[in-house]
Amino acid sequence: MDILLKVFLAVGLLIAFTILLCTYRAVVGPGIFNRVIAVNVIGTKTIVLLVLIGYYFERPMFFDIALLYAMLNFIATLIFAKYVQKGDLCSR
Amino acid sequence: MLEIIVVAFLAVGIFFMVVGAVGLLRFPDFYTRLHATGKCDTLGEVLIIVGLLLYHLFHYSETPLVCVKLLFLILFIFITNPTATYALMRSAYKTGVKPWKLGDERQ
Amino acid sequence: MRGKGFGILVTFCMMFLFWLLLSGIFDVLHLTAGLVCSAIVALISHDMIIKGDEEKILSKSFKLAIYIPWELWQIVLANLDVAYRVLHPKMPIDPLIIEFDTTLQSDLALVTLANSITLTPGTITIGITNGRFSVHAIAKEPAEALTVDGTMQQKVADVYMEW
Repeated sequence: MDILLKVFLAVGLLIAFTILLCTYRAVVGPGIFNRVIAVNVIGTKTIVLLVLIGYYFERPMFFDIALLYAMLNFIATLIFAKYVQKGDLCSR
Repeated sequence: MLEIIVVAFLAVGIFFMVVGAVGLLRFPDFYTRLHATGKCDTLGEVLIIVGLLLYHLFHYSETPLVCVKLLFLILFIFITNPTATYALMRSAYKTGVKPWKLGDERQ
Repeated sequence: MRGKGFGILVTFCMMFLFWLLLSGIFDVLHLTAGLVCSAIVALISHDMIIKGDEEKILSKSFKLAIYIPWELWQIVLANLDVAYRVLHPKMPIDPLIIEFDTTLQSDLALVTLANSITLTPGTITIGITNGRFSVHAIAKEPAEALTVDGTMQQKVADVYMEW
Protein backbone atom coordinates (compact mmCIF):
# COMPACT_ATOMS: atom_id res chain seq x y z
CA MET A 1 0.00 0.00 0.00
CA ASP A 2 1.20 3.44 -0.89
CA ILE A 3 2.53 5.37 2.08
CA LEU A 4 1.00 8.57 0.74
CA LEU A 5 -2.47 7.10 1.04
CA LYS A 6 -1.91 6.75 4.77
CA VAL A 7 -0.85 10.41 4.86
CA PHE A 8 -4.07 11.29 3.03
CA LEU A 9 -6.05 9.36 5.63
CA ALA A 10 -4.29 11.24 8.45
CA VAL A 11 -4.93 14.62 6.79
CA GLY A 12 -8.58 13.69 6.27
CA LEU A 13 -8.94 12.78 9.94
CA LEU A 14 -7.30 16.07 10.95
CA ILE A 15 -9.74 17.98 8.74
CA ALA A 16 -12.58 16.08 10.39
CA PHE A 17 -11.14 17.17 13.74
CA THR A 18 -11.11 20.85 12.68
CA ILE A 19 -14.72 20.41 11.52
CA LEU A 20 -15.50 19.18 15.03
CA LEU A 21 -13.88 22.34 16.46
CA CYS A 22 -16.01 24.49 14.16
CA THR A 23 -19.13 22.60 15.22
CA TYR A 24 -18.70 24.07 18.69
CA ARG A 25 -19.05 27.57 17.22
CA ALA A 26 -22.02 26.45 15.13
CA VAL A 27 -23.85 25.05 18.14
CA VAL A 28 -22.97 27.61 20.83
CA GLY A 29 -23.09 30.74 18.70
CA PRO A 30 -23.70 33.39 20.06
CA GLY A 31 -25.98 34.91 17.49
CA ILE A 32 -26.92 33.89 14.00
CA PHE A 33 -23.85 35.28 12.20
CA ASN A 34 -21.37 33.28 14.24
CA ARG A 35 -23.31 30.15 13.38
CA VAL A 36 -23.27 31.01 9.70
CA ILE A 37 -19.51 31.52 9.46
CA ALA A 38 -19.06 28.21 11.25
CA VAL A 39 -21.33 26.48 8.72
CA ASN A 40 -19.60 28.21 5.81
CA VAL A 41 -16.18 27.14 7.08
CA ILE A 42 -17.39 23.57 7.56
CA GLY A 43 -18.60 23.64 3.97
CA THR A 44 -15.27 24.78 2.57
CA LYS A 45 -13.41 22.20 4.62
CA THR A 46 -15.78 19.56 3.25
CA ILE A 47 -14.62 20.40 -0.29
CA VAL A 48 -11.06 19.38 0.57
CA LEU A 49 -12.33 16.36 2.45
CA LEU A 50 -14.25 15.22 -0.65
CA VAL A 51 -11.14 15.52 -2.83
CA LEU A 52 -9.12 13.52 -0.29
CA ILE A 53 -11.82 10.83 -0.18
CA GLY A 54 -11.69 10.69 -3.97
CA TYR A 55 -7.98 9.83 -3.83
CA TYR A 56 -8.19 7.48 -0.86
CA PHE A 57 -10.94 5.30 -2.35
CA GLU A 58 -9.83 5.96 -5.97
CA ARG A 59 -13.22 7.23 -7.10
CA PRO A 60 -12.72 10.11 -9.58
CA MET A 61 -16.37 11.16 -9.41
CA PHE A 62 -15.75 12.73 -6.02
CA PHE A 63 -13.93 15.60 -7.80
CA ASP A 64 -17.14 16.53 -9.61
CA ILE A 65 -19.01 16.38 -6.34
CA ALA A 66 -16.38 18.66 -4.77
CA LEU A 67 -16.75 21.22 -7.58
CA LEU A 68 -20.53 21.28 -7.26
CA TYR A 69 -20.31 21.42 -3.49
CA ALA A 70 -18.04 24.47 -3.75
CA MET A 71 -20.63 26.27 -5.88
CA LEU A 72 -23.56 25.29 -3.65
CA ASN A 73 -21.73 26.35 -0.50
CA PHE A 74 -20.88 29.75 -2.00
CA ILE A 75 -24.42 30.39 -3.20
CA ALA A 76 -25.91 29.26 0.10
CA THR A 77 -23.72 31.74 2.02
CA LEU A 78 -24.59 34.60 -0.34
CA ILE A 79 -28.31 33.85 -0.14
CA PHE A 80 -28.15 33.65 3.62
CA ALA A 81 -26.33 36.98 3.90
CA LYS A 82 -28.92 38.63 1.69
CA TYR A 83 -31.83 37.05 3.54
CA VAL A 84 -30.69 38.22 6.95
CA GLN A 85 -29.91 41.71 5.74
CA LYS A 86 -33.05 42.38 3.67
CA GLY A 87 -35.61 40.06 5.21
CA ASP A 88 -36.58 38.52 1.87
CA LEU A 89 -34.85 37.26 -1.26
CA CYS A 90 -36.55 39.19 -4.05
CA SER A 91 -35.85 42.85 -3.18
CA ARG A 92 -32.80 44.58 -4.62
CA MET B 1 11.43 13.29 -3.44
CA LEU B 2 7.95 13.86 -4.81
CA GLU B 3 6.46 12.34 -1.68
CA ILE B 4 8.33 14.85 0.48
CA ILE B 5 7.02 17.80 -1.53
CA VAL B 6 3.44 16.50 -1.42
CA VAL B 7 3.62 15.85 2.32
CA ALA B 8 5.11 19.32 2.88
CA PHE B 9 2.22 20.95 1.01
CA LEU B 10 -0.32 18.89 2.94
CA ALA B 11 1.36 19.66 6.28
CA VAL B 12 1.46 23.42 5.75
CA GLY B 13 -2.11 23.38 4.48
CA ILE B 14 -3.45 21.43 7.43
CA PHE B 15 -1.49 23.72 9.79
CA PHE B 16 -3.27 26.76 8.38
CA MET B 17 -6.64 25.03 8.54
CA VAL B 18 -6.13 24.15 12.20
CA VAL B 19 -5.06 27.76 12.88
CA GLY B 20 -8.24 28.95 11.19
CA ALA B 21 -10.39 26.68 13.35
CA VAL B 22 -8.56 27.75 16.54
CA GLY B 23 -9.02 31.38 15.55
CA LEU B 24 -12.72 30.77 15.03
CA LEU B 25 -12.92 29.51 18.60
CA ARG B 26 -10.52 31.97 20.19
CA PHE B 27 -11.18 35.41 18.74
CA PRO B 28 -13.59 37.63 20.67
CA ASP B 29 -16.23 38.62 18.10
CA PHE B 30 -17.75 37.98 14.71
CA TYR B 31 -15.55 40.33 12.66
CA THR B 32 -12.25 39.10 14.04
CA ARG B 33 -13.39 35.51 13.59
CA LEU B 34 -13.97 36.27 9.93
CA HIS B 35 -10.35 37.47 9.75
CA ALA B 36 -9.17 34.06 10.91
CA THR B 37 -11.42 31.94 8.72
CA GLY B 38 -11.42 34.07 5.58
CA LYS B 39 -7.66 34.03 5.23
CA CYS B 40 -6.34 30.85 6.80
CA ASP B 41 -8.97 28.58 5.27
CA THR B 42 -8.43 29.93 1.77
CA LEU B 43 -4.69 29.35 1.79
CA GLY B 44 -4.88 26.05 3.70
CA GLU B 45 -7.35 24.50 1.30
CA VAL B 46 -5.51 25.75 -1.76
CA LEU B 47 -2.22 24.32 -0.47
CA ILE B 48 -3.77 20.90 0.22
CA ILE B 49 -5.33 20.80 -3.25
CA VAL B 50 -2.01 21.85 -4.85
CA GLY B 51 -0.32 18.96 -3.03
CA LEU B 52 -2.95 16.53 -4.30
CA LEU B 53 -2.55 17.97 -7.80
CA LEU B 54 1.19 17.22 -7.76
CA TYR B 55 0.44 13.71 -6.53
CA HIS B 56 -2.02 13.25 -9.36
CA LEU B 57 0.42 14.55 -11.99
CA PHE B 58 2.94 11.83 -11.17
CA HIS B 59 0.78 8.88 -10.15
CA TYR B 60 -2.19 9.09 -12.50
CA SER B 61 -0.69 10.84 -15.50
CA GLU B 62 -3.10 8.98 -17.84
CA THR B 63 -6.07 11.15 -16.72
CA PRO B 64 -4.93 14.79 -17.10
CA LEU B 65 -8.52 16.05 -17.11
CA VAL B 66 -8.73 15.68 -13.34
CA CYS B 67 -5.76 18.08 -12.99
CA VAL B 68 -7.71 20.73 -14.86
CA LYS B 69 -10.66 20.06 -12.57
CA LEU B 70 -8.50 20.58 -9.50
CA LEU B 71 -7.01 23.76 -11.00
CA PHE B 72 -10.54 25.00 -11.57
CA LEU B 73 -11.40 24.17 -7.96
CA ILE B 74 -8.39 26.23 -6.76
CA LEU B 75 -9.43 29.20 -8.88
CA PHE B 76 -12.98 28.88 -7.62
CA ILE B 77 -11.94 28.81 -3.97
CA PHE B 78 -9.75 31.88 -4.53
CA ILE B 79 -12.64 33.85 -5.98
CA THR B 80 -15.55 32.67 -3.85
CA ASN B 81 -14.02 32.52 -0.37
CA PRO B 82 -13.16 36.24 -0.07
CA THR B 83 -16.48 37.11 -1.68
CA ALA B 84 -18.46 35.05 0.83
CA THR B 85 -16.44 36.61 3.67
CA TYR B 86 -17.19 40.06 2.31
CA ALA B 87 -20.92 39.30 1.90
CA LEU B 88 -21.24 38.08 5.49
CA MET B 89 -19.25 41.04 6.79
CA ARG B 90 -21.36 43.59 4.95
CA SER B 91 -24.59 41.87 5.93
CA ALA B 92 -23.59 41.86 9.61
CA TYR B 93 -22.43 45.48 9.46
CA LYS B 94 -25.71 46.64 7.90
CA THR B 95 -27.75 44.57 10.34
CA GLY B 96 -25.97 46.40 13.16
CA VAL B 97 -23.69 43.85 14.77
CA LYS B 98 -21.33 45.92 16.97
CA PRO B 99 -17.59 45.44 16.38
CA TRP B 100 -15.57 44.41 19.40
CA LYS B 101 -13.22 47.06 20.81
CA LEU B 102 -10.18 46.51 22.99
CA GLY B 103 -11.36 46.14 26.58
CA ASP B 104 -14.89 44.92 25.81
CA GLU B 105 -16.14 41.59 27.00
CA ARG B 106 -15.84 38.77 24.49
CA GLN B 107 -19.06 37.78 22.77
CA MET C 1 -21.28 45.89 -31.92
CA ARG C 2 -17.82 44.46 -32.53
CA GLY C 3 -17.16 44.28 -28.81
CA LYS C 4 -20.43 42.45 -28.28
CA GLY C 5 -19.53 39.68 -30.74
CA PHE C 6 -16.17 39.28 -29.04
CA GLY C 7 -17.89 39.03 -25.65
CA ILE C 8 -20.24 36.32 -26.92
CA LEU C 9 -17.31 34.41 -28.39
CA VAL C 10 -15.24 34.51 -25.19
CA THR C 11 -18.20 33.48 -23.03
CA PHE C 12 -19.01 30.67 -25.45
CA CYS C 13 -15.43 29.36 -25.34
CA MET C 14 -15.36 29.47 -21.54
CA MET C 15 -18.67 27.66 -21.23
CA PHE C 16 -17.69 25.01 -23.78
CA LEU C 17 -14.34 24.36 -22.09
CA PHE C 18 -16.17 23.99 -18.79
CA TRP C 19 -18.56 21.53 -20.41
CA LEU C 20 -15.67 19.44 -21.78
CA LEU C 21 -14.03 19.53 -18.37
CA LEU C 22 -17.05 18.25 -16.52
CA SER C 23 -18.29 15.68 -19.05
CA GLY C 24 -14.97 14.19 -20.16
CA ILE C 25 -16.71 12.24 -22.95
CA PHE C 26 -15.78 13.18 -26.52
CA ASP C 27 -18.40 11.56 -28.78
CA VAL C 28 -20.69 13.37 -31.22
CA LEU C 29 -23.82 13.39 -29.04
CA HIS C 30 -22.17 14.95 -26.00
CA LEU C 31 -20.18 17.48 -28.05
CA THR C 32 -23.32 18.63 -29.89
CA ALA C 33 -25.28 18.96 -26.67
CA GLY C 34 -22.41 20.96 -25.19
CA LEU C 35 -22.22 23.25 -28.22
CA VAL C 36 -25.95 23.99 -28.09
CA CYS C 37 -25.99 24.58 -24.33
CA SER C 38 -22.96 26.87 -24.29
CA ALA C 39 -24.31 28.83 -27.29
CA ILE C 40 -27.59 29.45 -25.45
CA VAL C 41 -25.81 30.49 -22.26
CA ALA C 42 -23.40 32.75 -24.19
CA LEU C 43 -26.25 34.49 -26.02
CA ILE C 44 -28.20 35.13 -22.83
CA SER C 45 -25.46 36.12 -20.42
CA HIS C 46 -22.49 37.40 -22.45
CA ASP C 47 -22.67 40.89 -20.93
CA MET C 48 -22.24 39.56 -17.38
CA ILE C 49 -18.58 38.68 -17.78
CA ILE C 50 -17.05 40.58 -20.69
CA LYS C 51 -17.52 44.30 -21.23
CA GLY C 52 -15.61 46.71 -23.46
CA ASP C 53 -13.22 46.48 -26.38
CA GLU C 54 -11.17 43.47 -27.25
CA GLU C 55 -7.71 45.10 -27.31
CA LYS C 56 -8.28 46.47 -23.82
CA ILE C 57 -9.43 43.09 -22.52
CA LEU C 58 -6.35 41.33 -23.88
CA SER C 59 -3.87 43.77 -22.36
CA LYS C 60 -5.85 43.73 -19.11
CA SER C 61 -5.61 39.96 -18.82
CA PHE C 62 -1.87 40.20 -19.49
CA LYS C 63 -1.41 42.76 -16.71
CA LEU C 64 -3.59 40.68 -14.39
CA ALA C 65 -1.14 37.81 -14.90
CA ILE C 66 1.63 40.05 -13.51
CA TYR C 67 -0.52 41.21 -10.63
CA ILE C 68 -1.46 37.71 -9.41
CA PRO C 69 2.01 36.55 -8.16
CA TRP C 70 2.38 39.71 -6.06
CA GLU C 71 -1.10 39.04 -4.67
CA LEU C 72 -0.17 35.43 -3.84
CA TRP C 73 2.86 36.64 -1.88
CA GLN C 74 0.61 39.06 0.01
CA ILE C 75 -1.74 36.17 0.84
CA VAL C 76 1.12 34.16 2.37
CA LEU C 77 2.13 37.20 4.46
CA ALA C 78 -1.51 37.66 5.54
CA ASN C 79 -1.78 34.07 6.69
CA LEU C 80 1.44 34.24 8.69
CA ASP C 81 0.15 37.45 10.29
CA VAL C 82 -3.18 35.89 11.27
CA ALA C 83 -1.49 32.70 12.48
CA TYR C 84 0.78 34.81 14.70
CA ARG C 85 -2.18 36.67 16.17
CA VAL C 86 -4.19 33.49 16.74
CA LEU C 87 -1.40 31.50 18.37
CA HIS C 88 0.11 34.31 20.47
CA PRO C 89 -0.97 33.76 24.10
CA LYS C 90 -2.00 37.41 24.60
CA MET C 91 -3.80 37.76 21.23
CA PRO C 92 -2.39 41.15 20.04
CA ILE C 93 -5.54 42.46 18.38
CA ASP C 94 -7.11 45.92 18.50
CA PRO C 95 -9.88 46.03 15.89
CA LEU C 96 -10.97 49.28 14.27
CA ILE C 97 -12.94 50.38 11.24
CA ILE C 98 -11.37 52.79 8.76
CA GLU C 99 -12.69 54.51 5.65
CA PHE C 100 -10.87 55.82 2.62
CA ASP C 101 -11.70 57.06 -0.87
CA THR C 102 -10.69 55.41 -4.09
CA THR C 103 -10.42 56.74 -7.62
CA LEU C 104 -11.23 53.43 -9.31
CA GLN C 105 -14.32 53.42 -11.51
CA SER C 106 -15.26 50.10 -13.12
CA ASP C 107 -17.03 47.33 -11.21
CA LEU C 108 -14.37 44.73 -11.95
CA ALA C 109 -11.58 46.97 -10.62
CA LEU C 110 -13.54 47.62 -7.43
CA VAL C 111 -14.19 43.89 -6.97
CA THR C 112 -10.50 43.12 -7.51
CA LEU C 113 -9.46 45.75 -4.98
CA ALA C 114 -12.04 44.53 -2.45
CA ASN C 115 -10.95 40.89 -2.77
CA SER C 116 -7.30 41.95 -2.58
CA ILE C 117 -7.92 43.91 0.61
CA THR C 118 -9.70 40.91 2.09
CA LEU C 119 -6.78 38.64 1.32
CA THR C 120 -3.93 40.93 2.41
CA PRO C 121 -2.63 41.18 6.01
CA GLY C 122 -5.06 42.21 8.71
CA THR C 123 -7.82 43.89 6.72
CA ILE C 124 -11.27 42.91 5.38
CA THR C 125 -13.55 45.01 3.18
CA ILE C 126 -16.95 45.74 4.72
CA GLY C 127 -18.55 47.78 1.98
CA ILE C 128 -18.19 50.18 -0.95
CA THR C 129 -20.58 53.11 -1.25
CA ASN C 130 -19.93 55.67 -4.00
CA GLY C 131 -16.22 54.99 -4.21
CA ARG C 132 -15.71 55.03 -0.45
CA PHE C 133 -14.31 51.86 1.09
CA SER C 134 -15.10 50.76 4.64
CA VAL C 135 -12.43 48.39 5.92
CA HIS C 136 -12.28 46.39 9.16
CA ALA C 137 -8.69 46.16 10.36
CA ILE C 138 -7.56 43.80 13.08
CA ALA C 139 -4.91 46.16 14.54
CA LYS C 140 -3.45 49.62 14.02
CA GLU C 141 -0.43 48.73 11.86
CA PRO C 142 -2.27 47.00 8.98
CA ALA C 143 -4.80 49.83 8.87
CA GLU C 144 -2.02 52.38 8.52
CA ALA C 145 -0.27 50.21 5.95
CA LEU C 146 -3.42 50.29 3.84
CA THR C 147 -4.28 53.99 4.10
CA VAL C 148 -0.89 55.66 4.19
CA ASP C 149 0.84 54.02 1.24
CA GLY C 150 -1.46 53.27 -1.69
CA THR C 151 0.62 50.51 -3.26
CA MET C 152 -2.26 48.11 -3.74
CA GLN C 153 -4.61 50.73 -5.16
CA GLN C 154 -1.88 51.82 -7.56
CA LYS C 155 -1.32 48.24 -8.70
CA VAL C 156 -5.03 47.59 -9.29
CA ALA C 157 -5.25 50.89 -11.18
CA ASP C 158 -2.32 49.78 -13.33
CA VAL C 159 -4.07 46.51 -14.17
CA TYR C 160 -7.33 48.16 -15.20
CA MET C 161 -5.61 51.22 -16.71
CA GLU C 162 -7.40 53.80 -14.58
CA TRP C 163 -5.09 56.60 -13.51
